[in-house]
Amino acid sequence: MLNQFDILETIRMIQEECLDIRTITMGISLLDCIDPDMDKACEKVYNKITSKAAHLVEVGEQIEKEYGIPIVNKRISVTPIAMLAAACPNENPVKFALALQKAADVCRVNFLGGYSALVHKGFSAGDLALIRSIPEALSVTQNVCSSVNIGSTRSGINMDAAKIMGEVVLESAKITADRQCIGPAKLVVFCNAVEDNPFMAGAFHGVGEPDCEIHVGVSGPGVVRAAVAKYPDATIDELADVIKKTAFKITRMGQLVGSRASRMLGVPFGIVDLSLAPTPAVGDSVAHILEGMGLEQCGTHGTTACLALLNDAVKKGGVMASSNVGGLSGAFIPVSEDQGMIDAAKSGTLTLEKLEAMTAVCSVGLDMIVVPGDITAETISAIIADEAAIGMVNNKTTAVRLIPAIGLKQGEMLEFGGLLGSGPVMPINRKSPAKFISRGGRIPAPMHSIKN
Amino acid sequence: MRAVITVIGKDTVGILHKVSGICAKHNVNVIEVTQSVLQEMFAMIMMVDISGISSDFSALSDEMTELGKAQGLAIHCMHEDIFNSMHRI
Repeated sequence: MLNQFDILETIRMIQEECLDIRTITMGISLLDCIDPDMDKACEKVYNKITSKAAHLVEVGEQIEKEYGIPIVNKRISVTPIAMLAAACPNENPVKFALALQKAADVCRVNFLGGYSALVHKGFSAGDLALIRSIPEALSVTQNVCSSVNIGSTRSGINMDAAKIMGEVVLESAKITADRQCIGPAKLVVFCNAVEDNPFMAGAFHGVGEPDCEIHVGVSGPGVVRAAVAKYPDATIDELADVIKKTAFKITRMGQLVGSRASRMLGVPFGIVDLSLAPTPAVGDSVAHILEGMGLEQCGTHGTTACLALLNDAVKKGGVMASSNVGGLSGAFIPVSEDQGMIDAAKSGTLTLEKLEAMTAVCSVGLDMIVVPGDITAETISAIIADEAAIGMVNNKTTAVRLIPAIGLKQGEMLEFGGLLGSGPVMPINRKSPAKFISRGGRIPAPMHSIKN
Repeated sequence: MRAVITVIGKDTVGILHKVSGICAKHNVNVIEVTQSVLQEMFAMIMMVDISGISSDFSALSDEMTELGKAQGLAIHCMHEDIFNSMHRI
């Protein structure tokens, strides 16, 4: 029997501690839409997405009402478009981006991810054309997201791709300079990308996935922060236990919503991604959890240890709550989307170097970091290579989403608004890595990749 | 199938009457009511049976939300599954 305390606890989590389902994401395979005639392929893509996801938003809204929990985003992820572009070698892949945007508008989803290429070992047909078209694609669309996987533990790091991605990120910022440089905010460069990620901008539908499925991304940094705040004098292992229990409850909510959505849409249930994804809303900050553990400000010494504890406890709690845990699962540390991170970056406590260390123990990587607009493409490529090296060696997903703030200087603020928030322009190291980046080639896979 | 209706806010005359009135209108049977004052706030929790509901659940939920707005109360209408899945293994 339900008791009063449990009921009020759930309601408090939703009302006061910003607990929400961050996203339900429908993964759709477009492999059956490949056609040498690009216009025909675009038409097939549009038709498939709009028929599969016709009721996605409606079902999401119905579940919100039934359970009284907000579902903030409804999204779609698709097969990496480079695989479709490969069949039409002489055409501009941006046509696909426009078809995706049209489908996203009709389905009323918040984002559609999958304007992507997987080039961790090298480029196949379609990959280079797609990568080169990313700045234009992100400029002419609003809701389409792009990602490129440039490395993996099994294959090493494709340094030619890292070089190109530095140029692509910078170019993308330049051509959207009149719109808060929004282009690169929709672009993620991965190492060890996962195939069932429901979170943007890095979501795509991997080729090993079924034709269509439903993923759920839960959130709840506010709930964890509130739980940690209740135990100011607990030891670290007691704290880990508190976080585990909280993560369990949050994930159960995701499992419930995912299985309900899957039943209502008649589509298999993929995974629950039990990530702590912050928002700029007051109290919904991962940095504030770390501060709640006893740091004066996020970014100071001890931050990496606190984050490692948090990331691990979230996973352990979540794994018990759902049989389908997948995606990125862990704690996200985007700077511009987290009030505590923004404050720490503004005061200079949180630096790019510290963030890099934190990415070795968090769920993803350098996320939503605003850098000076006069940064060179080589420096961006080198940051991408550093981050990919951490992912490759540690067997984990890492990613880079940097926003070069064209025309802004260190310390100034770039405002995106909405879930993307705002970020201070952070200092970077000005010494040149150009010679290293210009070498090209591939960083060999580490010794422990040879496991069989 | 059951749902939980919670009413939180400042105590006023006739809250229970209005909430149960809406339940009756939708053919929703009230099974159990508990109420208490927590931190100077009135909190009522009502367990209802929605198996015979005459409309759809979101219509009931919308009407409760509207009543809440008009009375300055927070009224939530949630399917019991959410509490069961969160607090029971």
